[in-house]
Amino acid sequence: MKKKRSIMHSIAAAPHIFWAILFIVLPLFIVVFYAFTDESGAFTFDNLASLKNYTKLFGLSLELSVLATFVCFLVGYPLAYIIARAPAKRQKIYIMLLMLPMWTNLLIRTYSIMAILDDGGFLNQLLNTELHIIGTKGAVIFGMVYDFLPYMVLPIYTCISKIDKHMWEAASDLGCNTFQVITKVIFPLSLSGVISGITMVFVPSISTFYISQKLGGGTFELIGDTIERQFVSGALNTGAAISLVMMILILISLGIMNKFSDADEGGIIV
Amino acid sequence: MKKHLSTAYLVLIFGILYIPILTLIFFSFNSENSTAVFGEFSFRWYKELFNSPDTFTALRNTLILAISSATIATVIGTAAAEGIYKMRSKVLKATINSVTNIPMMNPDIVTGMSMMLFFVVVAGILRISYDDMGFVAMLIAHITFCLPYVILSVLPRITEFGDSLSEAALDLGCTPMQAFFKVKLPNIMHGVVSGFVMAFTLSLDDFVISYFVGSSKFQTLPLLIYSMTKKKVTPDMYALSTLIIITIFALLIFSNVRSGREEERRKRKAARK
Repeated sequence: MKKKRSIMHSIAAAPHIFWAILFIVLPLFIVVFYAFTDESGAFTFDNLASLKNYTKLFGLSLELSVLATFVCFLVGYPLAYIIARAPAKRQKIYIMLLMLPMWTNLLIRTYSIMAILDDGGFLNQLLNTELHIIGTKGAVIFGMVYDFLPYMVLPIYTCISKIDKHMWEAASDLGCNTFQVITKVIFPLSLSGVISGITMVFVPSISTFYISQKLGGGTFELIGDTIERQFVSGALNTGAAISLVMMILILISLGIMNKFSDADEGGIIV
Repeated sequence: MKKHLSTAYLVLIFGILYIPILTLIFFSFNSENSTAVFGEFSFRWYKELFNSPDTFTALRNTLILAISSATIATVIGTAAAEGIYKMRSKVLKATINSVTNIPMMNPDIVTGMSMMLFFVVVAGILRISYDDMGFVAMLIAHITFCLPYVILSVLPRITEFGDSLSEAALDLGCTPMQAFFKVKLPNIMHGVVSGFVMAFTLSLDDFVISYFVGSSKFQTLPLLIYSMTKKKVTPDMYALSTLIIITIFALLIFSNVRSGREEERRKRKAARK
């Protein structure tokens, strides 16, 4: 009987392993292959060499997504804290309110922001002004923050709500004021949530192309836009090369960030 | 004072979060063809929405794709979680976990690009045109990015449940299959269901990967929305989103009320004891 069981269990994971090799690992190798070949399939470094034309673009993408992640953290941490400290029934409602916008398609949400902020848009009609917002860096960053804020708040909230309530009491009994309790006790304990929040905002921000297309008003091009343009124009080899570099950059930064958090328990909750 | 401050903060952030959504709902009732100037209240765009065959095909496609990819991902993922849990080799376990998590860590655009290139190669080998793979390519791509989320929600439940009850079932004469389906599965069902729901919503909402992998033959709702927002959007997209938001809102309230009731019942039961 022992033997029978072990056979069943080794078979259980088999479809997934097969699936992962065929549809996750193999496609990544194909990206590498495309990045190092030209259209006829001959080996070349040209695609990767041509990336130096995009250095400025990588810089701009990095700048905007780092800023957006930072703003998300500044706005999201207090929000997560307030929600986690609210009575249990209210917490549920707040989390629901936070998730609901995520159920509206990202394209629609972004478009709606554009319709509001546009030159002849709702805001300008309402205020009777001629504010020019679309096409600025601020508009793109706002879009990223707006679209991805829940990804920052949710893991931090989970982390803070798991912290033992007695920690607050113990810390204040030992003479901490509220500010010190937060900076010296709560924040370090919620660090793993912060790290996964940062990851979950940074990755979609640096790779977005829709937000920059709509809120950048055509004046911005980010890495995502470039990859998309290569894809549309059929320049698959260059597109693969840019994807490869972006993937490596992101994996490196994720690796560095994971070094800071001892465990990955903040986890993903969607 | 502090309490007022936090309430004010909540109101401010939720206010900003909901302004675009409320504007969208507001303009879905616009009689004019504009998302900035309001004429008068009308159902014009709802009527146009229901008269457009494109929207319906896209909605149908989206639902078919989401249901089938979530179902297959849940089956493969649950089996995989059980298999991974039982695995003795730690190295193998860690390797499988990190490979599984690649689509979750990688930006969607890279996953989309890699799958698209993969299907280009497959189409080349099979000597068929890329467009012919329409639905199958999309299905495979969606299952692939849903799998890690299913495993992530099932595996903790299996670990939590442990082995003792399944072993008891085996000792009492169950076959391994029976032990799994009759004893373990009902106990980890919560994780399986939430994995399914997550996979379903991810598939429903996905734009980037579908955009890269998809072809003109199989249009989903997010793809349709994208092609419509390339030009000036007419408020019928707003009408569609309003309907989706209302449906989700109703579902959320329904499930919350139900779980609230269950909690009450449990409390009462406990009190009786």
